[in-house]
Amino acid sequence: MALRVHRAGILTTVQDLGRYGYQRFGVPGGGVMDEYSHRLANLLVGNPEHEATLEITLAGPRLEFTEDALIGVCGGDFAPTIDGGKVPAARPVLVAQGSVLDFGTCRLGCRAYLAVAGGFDVPRVMGSKSTYLRGGFGGFEGRSLRRGDLLAIGQGGAGLYPGLRAELEQGAPFAYPRWSVNANSAFLAHDHHRIHFIPGRHWDLFSEDSQQQFGAVQFRIAPDSDRMGYRLEGTAMTLKQPTEILPEAVTFGTIQVPPDGRPIVLMANRQTTGGYPRIGEVATVDLPLLAQLPPGDTVQFEPMTLEDSQRLYLNRDRDLGIMREALQMRMKL
Amino acid sequence: MAESRLGAFTLAPLGDCVLLIELGNDASESTAQRVHAVAEHLLEQSPAGVKDVVPAVCTVALHYDPLLVEQPREGDTPYEALKQQVTERLASLDPTRQAAGPEVEIPVCYGGTFGEDLAALAEAHGLSVDEVIALHGAPVYRVQMLGFAPGFAYLAGLDPRLSTPRRSTPRSRVPGGSVAIGGELTAVYPLDLPGGWHLIGRSPVRFFDPTAERPSLLVAGDRVRFVRVSVDEYAALDKGVPWR
Repeated sequence: MALRVHRAGILTTVQDLGRYGYQRFGVPGGGVMDEYSHRLANLLVGNPEHEATLEITLAGPRLEFTEDALIGVCGGDFAPTIDGGKVPAARPVLVAQGSVLDFGTCRLGCRAYLAVAGGFDVPRVMGSKSTYLRGGFGGFEGRSLRRGDLLAIGQGGAGLYPGLRAELEQGAPFAYPRWSVNANSAFLAHDHHRIHFIPGRHWDLFSEDSQQQFGAVQFRIAPDSDRMGYRLEGTAMTLKQPTEILPEAVTFGTIQVPPDGRPIVLMANRQTTGGYPRIGEVATVDLPLLAQLPPGDTVQFEPMTLEDSQRLYLNRDRDLGIMREALQMRMKL
Repeated sequence: MAESRLGAFTLAPLGDCVLLIELGNDASESTAQRVHAVAEHLLEQSPAGVKDVVPAVCTVALHYDPLLVEQPREGDTPYEALKQQVTERLASLDPTRQAAGPEVEIPVCYGGTFGEDLAALAEAHGLSVDEVIALHGAPVYRVQMLGFAPGFAYLAGLDPRLSTPRRSTPRSRVPGGSVAIGGELTAVYPLDLPGGWHLIGRSPVRFFDPTAERPSLLVAGDRVRFVRVSVDEYAALDKGVPWR
């Protein structure tokens, strides 16, 4: 059972929830940019949430299923089709053998996540299936997908959604239910993107002007932003006085400010350590939203306390737990 | 700020999923020893929820999942609960009991196409190429921290006469194995990487192996000595002939 790659898209990689336990060796955490969409896609097809998905970026791939497969697509809207028919997002889709799933270009957001029941059968490297391109390891042969690749799919999904199975047996290329799960797309449709951050340990090193401006101005996401970091353009942040910072650990969401004053939000593929002053860290619950903003979009930051941020983190997991239970019921239908 | 046999330390949040332990504000040997002791201790006995322990120059970071932290007191945030647990663990830690890291010998073939910047670096310091090689090979270096890339070890202990500001324009590709000087530090590029340090030689040793149980040859706290080898010795080592 496999996916045959007819067209690879701009950047299509196997990712899971990241590589942990190895950052002290300089190995980045990596993993998906939008953890929420990834987890949701896995839940739809009955996978554990840490199972690998395909992260699809800006312009998507064209993929053929060598056997029947149960899939879920969440995240950015690429208007995918199967054999010409529109595939709805945020719900399980049963795909017939030989069907071709074609992701277009992204219309809303910038990354979609394709989960397949059974997950992707690639070796775990340092405990993770995530692709790390710079190191050339993890995922599918340590690289992004190319035309002609055959990506193996694991065992899973048997007996789920028997109602959809019946439709497929009548000759449909794919089948899906009428319901869908609640995704984050409402946020993306707004022009004004607010991202919460927790002021960081170097906050006081920044000039009072910069402290005021950081939460008040709109930043533009620069074209050279990627899985490693989002570079922000607009207003330069300045320190009260030049200050040397000894390198220390950074994390997904650390907002660091190099000498040119242009903030960089460190994303999934960030390095393990950094030596620039940090203005703060993005609240983890808002990282999936930030990860869906393409270069050229604008963003505004809003301060949040650590207490609130951790409460929202725990709430989000509780909500996903409720969704998991609801889906487990529907999978039997 | 808390006190123990370890001396003063401060705990601070780095966003909602990292707790940072600050053990000093300098790059001294004594701070490094405390950082190393704390990192080893917390690696051996990680509090529930800790996913990664990352030592740096004067800090140790604990990456954690707020969901998995044990919260004995109702109403505590995961951060407060973890902070309490770490404070208790560090109170009983004796940093002087920590053994020094092992000493690793690293063969280097200096100069030529392996060390494109060696001649210019020597000239900039008013030294001969042989003097630079001798000065670089003399100290026992200490692995200050890993970072930048998998297996990239920052080595402290460079002779101040070799200290050189980084190149104003970094190279887009530095070959894996390149031995380099950047500021007051030296390092070996474990993989092909972009880089702004001055290349003085190359080592045939494999510094990073993603399939190994311990993927990095060097870890924080290790001692490192560079040993000069000839082009022929380099070639033999590169083919897998054991060294010494």
